[in-house]
Amino acid sequence: MKNQALSQTVQKLGPLLGLGAIVIILSILSPNFLELNNLLNLLRQVSINALIAFGMTFVILTGGIDLSVGSMLALGAALTAGMLSSGFDPILAILLGLMAGAIMGALNGFIITKGKVAPFIATLATMTIFRGLTLVYTEGRPITGLGESVAFELMGRGYFFGIPVPVVLMIISYGVLYFILKKTTFGRRVYAIGGNEEASRLSGIKVDRVKVAIYSITGMLSVLAGIILTSRLNSAQPTAGVSYELDAIAAVVLGGTSLSGGRGWIFGTFVGALIIGVLNNGLNLLDVSSFYQQVVKGGVILLAVILDRKKAS
Amino acid sequence: MNKQALVEMKGISKAFSGNQVLTNVDFDLLPGEIHALMGENGAGKSTMMKILTGIYERDTGTVFSKGQEVQFKDAKEAEKAGIAVIHQELNIIPYLTVTENMFLGKELTVGKTGILRMAEMKKKTEEYLSRLGIDIDPNIEARELSVGQQQMIEIARAIAADTDVLIMDEPTAALTDREIEALFKVMRGLQEQGVGIVYISHRMEEIFKMCDRISVLRDGEYIGTKVIKETNFEEIVKMMVGRDIGERYPERHVELGPERIRVDKLSHEKKFRDVSFSVHQGEILGVSGLMGAGRTEIMETIFGSRKKSSGEIWIDEKQVNIRNPYDAIQLGIGFITEDRKDEGLVLDLSVRENISLTNLKRISSQSVISKTKETELVSKMIEKLRVKTSGSEQSVKSLSGGNQQKVVIGKWLGIDPKILILDEPTRGVDVGAKKEIYQIMNELTERGVAIIMVSSDLPEILGMSDRILVVHEGKATAILDRQDANQEIIMQAATGGNSHEKSGS
Ligand SMILES: Nc1ncnc2c1ncn2[C@@H]1O[C@H](COP(=O)(O)OP(=O)(O)OP(=O)(O)O)[C@@H](O)[C@H]1O
Ligand SMILES: [Mg+2]
Repeated sequence: MKNQALSQTVQKLGPLLGLGAIVIILSILSPNFLELNNLLNLLRQVSINALIAFGMTFVILTGGIDLSVGSMLALGAALTAGMLSSGFDPILAILLGLMAGAIMGALNGFIITKGKVAPFIATLATMTIFRGLTLVYTEGRPITGLGESVAFELMGRGYFFGIPVPVVLMIISYGVLYFILKKTTFGRRVYAIGGNEEASRLSGIKVDRVKVAIYSITGMLSVLAGIILTSRLNSAQPTAGVSYELDAIAAVVLGGTSLSGGRGWIFGTFVGALIIGVLNNGLNLLDVSSFYQQVVKGGVILLAVILDRKKAS
Repeated sequence: MNKQALVEMKGISKAFSGNQVLTNVDFDLLPGEIHALMGENGAGKSTMMKILTGIYERDTGTVFSKGQEVQFKDAKEAEKAGIAVIHQELNIIPYLTVTENMFLGKELTVGKTGILRMAEMKKKTEEYLSRLGIDIDPNIEARELSVGQQQMIEIARAIAADTDVLIMDEPTAALTDREIEALFKVMRGLQEQGVGIVYISHRMEEIFKMCDRISVLRDGEYIGTKVIKETNFEEIVKMMVGRDIGERYPERHVELGPERIRVDKLSHEKKFRDVSFSVHQGEILGVSGLMGAGRTEIMETIFGSRKKSSGEIWIDEKQVNIRNPYDAIQLGIGFITEDRKDEGLVLDLSVRENISLTNLKRISSQSVISKTKETELVSKMIEKLRVKTSGSEQSVKSLSGGNQQKVVIGKWLGIDPKILILDEPTRGVDVGAKKEIYQIMNELTERGVAIIMVSSDLPEILGMSDRILVVHEGKATAILDRQDANQEIIMQAATGGNSHEKSGS
């Protein structure tokens, strides 16, 4: 029994060891890598993918998938930027943007639960719909002229005791979501649904409600990432977030969460997002061409997952 | 011994990550023999057979197959050596047809081209199924079949393998009497051909009827082997449990309270119609009938997991509207489902998390789970039901079948139900644990809980029920008081012989 717990812990440490290895290699290859500035910069880059991947973790834990995160990010960001440029109070604009994200996510949830559409198909469709709506709303052009509001600038460009605000937001979100998943009845229900939906239903869990909530949370986190991005660039791009779902799913899988649901953890996702971020950052520092970067990234993902399966069996 | 053993296992030991489940166990199987392997839930029977067939690796010990020392790497190798298994867990792929399931992994092809010889496979399937006396269209998808029928497919598949050793791990748990009869006939036929059969079951009657020898395990240790003719029920139970358990059914002192639940003309579009009955506080209503009669469906409808087409349900004299399981649980109804793997448990989660699942509200405040309350609840249930685990963190997947069932029961006892529905509660459960479950049912009724127990085990129905509802093809054909009931009367009503209403309330 002790051994079992031990081997489980070792297995859980896998992603962390992988991250450590990559960090060591990169710091040898590129002396700049470990500089505080670079690390903070890296974390800021990671925060966007991490926020989306946190939501994706919940979705995947229930055995689902959300392909529409990138489009929700873009539409939410565009709506927020639109409000800002027409003079809305920035805090209100941000809150309304987040709420739009929650609504888009809830819509995904309703289509999946009430419409009984497979998550892959449902979110594939809404991915296109939300992207289309973004293009309609922005007329295909970036939204600029977002005003001089401090609150909005802080989201992407600010610092909090020397730490970039996006990183702070990422850490707060992580803390809250970790707590929800680990310590609350909601988290327990998420695992149960992913493990056996029918048994969960028969145990009195309102499966549909939990799912709608989860997709809603994911929508909101995607838009939060979108607002950070918009603030960084000081403009909302209609094509923002394209293919972000892939990095998010990769982070979840690298972290050891099972795509068939029921098994996984959010800490792993955090580490997974860091692995992807470190690779991106390191390969840039090493001047590897962006074409090769993709090959390396894909290779690392494969290697990690294969090693993980080997250990499991 | 004059005949060479088909299988001989010597000094087998096995531990799962530090948890010793088999210690120095011996076993042998002769040609033409049906050899029962018995023991309580978790004694290590399935593990022993999985070691034989190469699914698990043994830590120590040797295995001989027809005199040759062997070490199978996987089930396929064992099958090549002539050892086929019908596992305790069903291995049927729901979206494949009966034929495709039958030949899964050993499809007949034209040479090595991979082109399937469909017609031939279909014919063979029909042949094997008819040998088992079952009438199933080989073209339909397996998910359309009842659990019992799926089990029969598994059996047909194993027999089709033309082996000389057949291992049957609780093959009859989900079968109807007719199917069991057919199976026994086939077993006799195989026996005459010299096939050796290892038979694992918790049903004593079957063992004494079918088997030649019986080996008993207790807590992973080998207790002994007896020739059936030279032993008896009491001796075997004592070997298994290590003590006398007394009568099989505990005595019931019934004190009926007021009516707790009344079901009035409940109907379902396809499955049943106009079913009415009531259960009082402190009463056990047994529900009998053939497999497929609609018993489970009636229970699912009461519990809200299936939509009724008409009818009323009254609880404590108030009409209630149960739209889903959540509503049912709020009203104090617990439902121990028939199929623990698909409906009762989340296999990947631990014993603790499974028991908590129905009790999340109780063990939390403001949605935050209290570790203390959870541990308290879980250890109380593990202790009360004597679940055999290495700890509350063990995943239920790695529990033995009977212990999984106890976890399902624990899950529902936690909610302190007013009404408890049990669907085949002792399927795959050992004699000792069965009695414990009956005792728990008695304790519950003494506290005023109304119990509805669906069971295909007639002795159990007669041993535990205060009244008996018999269902035939979706209709209630009889309600009998216990003293008026016997096996013949129930069977007659269950097969639609004649319907005599006799209401006890
Ligand atoms: N893969 C596994 N990992 C860890 N423990 C296991 C595993 N498989 C079985 N066990 C443990 O081994 C013990 C014996 O299990 P086994 O399934 O052999 O019992 P059994 O005699 O077949 O019981 P039952 O009558 O309930 O089917 C149990 O305590 C079980 O929890
Ligand atoms: Mg077993």
